[in-house]
Amino acid sequence: MTTKTRVVVVGGGLIGTWTALFLIKRGLKVTLIEKGVVGAQSSGTNFGNLRLQGRHPGQYPLSLRSQAIWEEIEELIGDRCEFEKTGHLYIAVNDAEQEKLEQHARVAESHGLVIERVGRDELHRRWPWLGETPQAATYSARDATANPRLVSVAVARAAQRLGVEVIENTRVTEVSRNGSGFAVKTEIGRVLECDAVVNSAGAWALEIAETFGETAPMFAAGPPQFVTEPLPYRVTPSIQAVDGSAIFRQIPRGNVIFAGYPRTAADHVLNRAPVPPVKTLNGMRSLMKIAPFLKSAQVIRVWSGIEGYLPDMLPVIGESEVAPGLYHAFGFCGHGFQVGPGVAAVLADLIVDGRTDTPIGIFSINRFKNAVQVSDKLAREFDMPASSNSRAG
Amino acid sequence: MHNVVIVGGGPAGIRAASILVEAGLKPILVNETKQAGGQGYRAPAKSLALDIKALMGSEAGKYQRLHTLFASLQERIDYRPGTLVWGTHEKVLHTLCDGVAGTIPYDALILATGATDRIMPLPGWTLPGVFTLGGAQVILKDQGCLIGNRVVFLGSSPLLFLAALQYHKSGASVAAVVDTTPLSAKRAAIRDLAASPRTLARGMLYRTALHMAGIPIIDGAAPLGIDGTDHVEGVRIKDRRGRERFIACDAVAYGYGLKPETQLAELAGARFQFDPDFRLWLPETDADGRAGADLYLAGDGAAIGGADAAEASGALAAYALLADTGRPQPESALAPLRKEIERLRRFQRGLAKAFAWPVEQAAALSDETIVCRCEAVTVGEIRAAVRAPLGPREVNRVKAVTRCGMGRCQGRFCGPALQEIVAGTCNAPIAQAGRLRVQAPVKPIPLHAAAELEP
Repeated sequence: MTTKTRVVVVGGGLIGTWTALFLIKRGLKVTLIEKGVVGAQSSGTNFGNLRLQGRHPGQYPLSLRSQAIWEEIEELIGDRCEFEKTGHLYIAVNDAEQEKLEQHARVAESHGLVIERVGRDELHRRWPWLGETPQAATYSARDATANPRLVSVAVARAAQRLGVEVIENTRVTEVSRNGSGFAVKTEIGRVLECDAVVNSAGAWALEIAETFGETAPMFAAGPPQFVTEPLPYRVTPSIQAVDGSAIFRQIPRGNVIFAGYPRTAADHVLNRAPVPPVKTLNGMRSLMKIAPFLKSAQVIRVWSGIEGYLPDMLPVIGESEVAPGLYHAFGFCGHGFQVGPGVAAVLADLIVDGRTDTPIGIFSINRFKNAVQVSDKLAREFDMPASSNSRAG
Repeated sequence: MHNVVIVGGGPAGIRAASILVEAGLKPILVNETKQAGGQGYRAPAKSLALDIKALMGSEAGKYQRLHTLFASLQERIDYRPGTLVWGTHEKVLHTLCDGVAGTIPYDALILATGATDRIMPLPGWTLPGVFTLGGAQVILKDQGCLIGNRVVFLGSSPLLFLAALQYHKSGASVAAVVDTTPLSAKRAAIRDLAASPRTLARGMLYRTALHMAGIPIIDGAAPLGIDGTDHVEGVRIKDRRGRERFIACDAVAYGYGLKPETQLAELAGARFQFDPDFRLWLPETDADGRAGADLYLAGDGAAIGGADAAEASGALAAYALLADTGRPQPESALAPLRKEIERLRRFQRGLAKAFAWPVEQAAALSDETIVCRCEAVTVGEIRAAVRAPLGPREVNRVKAVTRCGMGRCQGRFCGPALQEIVAGTCNAPIAQAGRLRVQAPVKPIPLHAAAELEP
């Protein structure tokens, strides 16, 4: 069976679902194809931070555009998905970390974000449950959180209501040139002819890119995460230690959600994202240090996700260099949740208008033609050699 | 040195330990509870003046033999009581003992983790005063307490009659035993049940004893709900003639047989297949309990078989381990054990029909009924999630969307009912609903458990 559509979006995660929604709102016929079910991979398993502090300097225009979309989520899709403007507290335990916070703060401020410096006394006065070790922090009130388990599905539903065809449990087996457009074939033999293809297939996205001779050194990994039983609600902001040893937040129903580095290698072929118990224990100890009142809290569940990472810790966003009409958006290096809707808006700009006002040049897949600068985060935030975990086959 | 670890101090674990000791090994035996014997043969707390002979009835001899065997092993095994194994990864067990986390590396692992109660939600099942059948027995054996003064035993399980009799003997007033499976189903299962005539006779004996004591036994009734404002006040049922009845009581022991505790087996790499007779996902093993490289499963944690099958399968698993590590065992020892297990597990298949898991009760549940008691998720929320556009049809996705199975018990108790509700709502075969995946910790662990560890 062959059908015509304007855009085929491959991958029903956060990026794919938001892109489908924005495209149909701008009048384009869209088909979304997902190999499993919508929002089940890293889009649905991430920590849920909508963090603006500490982002890569080149990402702020995109991040701020994205935050504006998050802030309107209820109007856009008719569902709040537990979006809360919780604020984000970025914590330093020594002078070197405090200096790093200051650098981050200056970058954020240069993009118009309001950052509050909080000294030791004020820190412990405002958040008296904090342990002894934090010596300073920066606070951003605009940072937020949402429930990743709910968002992608809710966005896909909103897109479906407007007429997007959503196909789940179906693999794309081939994407090929068809005149100036594309033919997308699925495992059940259906062929979709379209003008543009969005490759938002997450850790699986190289399959399509490589069809057209493009690639990127992407590898799959995921952070160890855990959640405690529900406790009285005390921790309102999302908290992050500068060294990444503890990232946590409490949801109003009481559970404390935790994530911490180092990340663990995941296997996108076998669909596995293990959480070694040692990392759970390390995280428990880190959390107890920053929030000693949690020492008797019970950890009830752990999980991770299969996220695509690139050695410079920046995603691939933009039109293919070799196949015009193919748009990549993958490899979000564990920070795609906040930026996702903004990326989708940019993709819609590119597909509908042929251009975007949001700077995205640094995210081009072209950068991997030359040696890229390996981020120092790679050594800090992972405990496996990135090269050995490069995508196999 | 070959490091062999057995998890579970019930009949399967103790018997496996004894075989390994005979072969000259010194296994580590990790037991979650302080007292050995498992749930069935659990030794009462030492401070209790409990007449265990009276409590164990016809099984008192077996109880005594197991504990004598265990006592004889004490010096020759590394016994770790009160130790929870909460995870396993790359051949290291992660433990919690006296609130402190630890590790036990292993070369070979025998899991004899036993079973837990299988529960179908019912309006009012989360009221104070409602206990699982097994829980009611453990409270009696472990602490010498009764769950109430006037108790209804409700559900369908061979344990129903045993537990009711134990309560009767311990001084409780048993208001009624309500078995939801009709007698006709029991008669239909008689061929499989005849595989173990002694056990069958014992079950009938319990029933007769209850009858002689004047305790009402109601067969084939449908439970409508457990009533009460802030504590159990009674049970509402519809009897097999369709009449609604109310039985006043202050406690309910409720359950539908047992389900294997397979969390550690899954973490250790066992594969699972759906068993249509039990309507459960069970770990795949060979006849001797091999479930993977250096992994052996025994007892009710592998497949429900009861205490005798547990002992036999514990022995077989130990023999398999010995054979796999170059200590061949005589076939003559293995064949009778295999036959015994085969016979006892066939009997259990009969029991699964005679005391049926109430599939139709899942479909009849009102939307307000709580399924997940940890997260307070109702039947209606699950049905609505499944029916929504792009709604999930597989239990792990249902969990992600509704929180059912996401709480303290991690779906150990709501999982089987969740599968039925999801499959029923999708009008799909039960196996298609899948099963909840496991992650460590398999039971909650406190943050301070990690306090003393080196980073």
